[in-house]
Amino acid sequence: MNDSTETLQQAPDIKQKETDNPDKTDFRQDYISFRNYNFFYGPTQVLFDVNLDIPERQVTALIGPSGCGKSTLLRNINRMNDLVDGIRHEGELLIDGTSAYDPTVEVISLRKRIGMVFQKSNPFAKSIYENVVYGLRVAGRKKKSSLDEAVETSLRRAALWDEVKDRLGESAFGLSGGQMQRLCIARAIANNPEIILMDEPCSALDPVATGKIEDLIHDLKKEYTIVIVTHNMQQAARVSDQTAFFYLGKLIEYDETEKIFMNPAQKQTEDYVRGRFG
Amino acid sequence: MERFFDKELDKFRSDLSIMGAKAIEQVRNVTEALVEHDVELAQKVRDADNEVDELEKQIDAEAIRYMSLRNPVASELRLVVVGMKASHDLERVADEATNIAKRIPRIAEEKPLKDYIDLPRMSEIAIEMLDDALEALFSNDLEKAKAVLLRDKEVDRLDKQLYRELSGFMLENPKVTSVALELMFISRSLERIADHAGNIAEEVIFLIHGKDVRHTPVKKILTED
Repeated sequence: MNDSTETLQQAPDIKQKETDNPDKTDFRQDYISFRNYNFFYGPTQVLFDVNLDIPERQVTALIGPSGCGKSTLLRNINRMNDLVDGIRHEGELLIDGTSAYDPTVEVISLRKRIGMVFQKSNPFAKSIYENVVYGLRVAGRKKKSSLDEAVETSLRRAALWDEVKDRLGESAFGLSGGQMQRLCIARAIANNPEIILMDEPCSALDPVATGKIEDLIHDLKKEYTIVIVTHNMQQAARVSDQTAFFYLGKLIEYDETEKIFMNPAQKQTEDYVRGRFG
Repeated sequence: MERFFDKELDKFRSDLSIMGAKAIEQVRNVTEALVEHDVELAQKVRDADNEVDELEKQIDAEAIRYMSLRNPVASELRLVVVGMKASHDLERVADEATNIAKRIPRIAEEKPLKDYIDLPRMSEIAIEMLDDALEALFSNDLEKAKAVLLRDKEVDRLDKQLYRELSGFMLENPKVTSVALELMFISRSLERIADHAGNIAEEVIFLIHGKDVRHTPVKKILTED
């Protein structure tokens, strides 16, 4: 066991998960790529020289204690942090090879490519149907048959269709917590994104609802690149292909999830995954 | 509720079943090699031992991975732990078959002391015990597991009987000592194979009831629920 706390300068070479995704040999290993990335809230630096390559159509978990920068990193991917005053970054963030901060990149079109699911499900005060088609309506889609089809497809992909197909016109607030969270996933999917970001998507759910979301994540990676922030070690172990451990804004260790949970290289990672941090 | 990783446990069970079949095949083949003085078949048994070793390593790796990533608890945790222990027993079964195989060329050169009756009988019982123990494991069959424990005595009795018989041969004619000793070791190996089947049966009881019955008299195990 290495005691070194030195930040990794290069993200490890993540092998293709051929067992999970036999048809995915052509997918990018650096679909989302942070290169020498620093991030500041005003005078406070919260990310330090992060180098991280997130592979396409796999699940990558970001773990670490509160304040370690994992949520900040996640919110950089769709430039959600742009809404905060006084932020700045250094280094590069590439999405599918193009800088997310390229002057030609419109933030709105970037966010269309990237769906996001939050800790607390946040359906709109509308019907189940209208929640799913909200983004499509904003984008100008009007044809009913096309919207109907998107609703069914998205709800099926989110494993919610069978539970709500007979009450699509009812308020989304009548759903259970787990159903609401799956509705939010369906809403994200309806816009046909490439990436889905999840920030503690199960922390407000009971174990059964959590299990359903985890199974859904496993299923969704066939079509989407998923990045998930979680405080739940067992969840990271169950659902992710890669795990990145952050501490005090630094990427301490990044490797296949199996390696992180069976034989991590860094002592800090081991202490954290064993729940003996601090 | 089914989970996406349930298929990993199915694979674990399936690999354990393949390993069980392989270990039993080794015992069956070595018994045939012994009775038929088939040195070539004995060599085949020795060559195939590493297949069982590899399966043991694979099953261990699957179990450790499952425990690391899937957080099994209760009966699922017991299944993974029992699977690892059973695979160790099966590896030892195959090792004993290999030990017997190594002795066969030495025996084949000599004139048979007597017809092989007890050794094939011991092998047959040990194989039935292994078969039943594994079936009990895969079908959670408590009664079948208990029945395996009962049969261990039959093999012990045959081993002791053979020991007495072979000792007699050696006293009567010291020239047969080396062959008689080889046969004694073979008998002991078969007795140990049956012991491993008994171990698996005890592990099955732990799997079903969560109760550790090792080092408990069989009579007491059988009378308890």
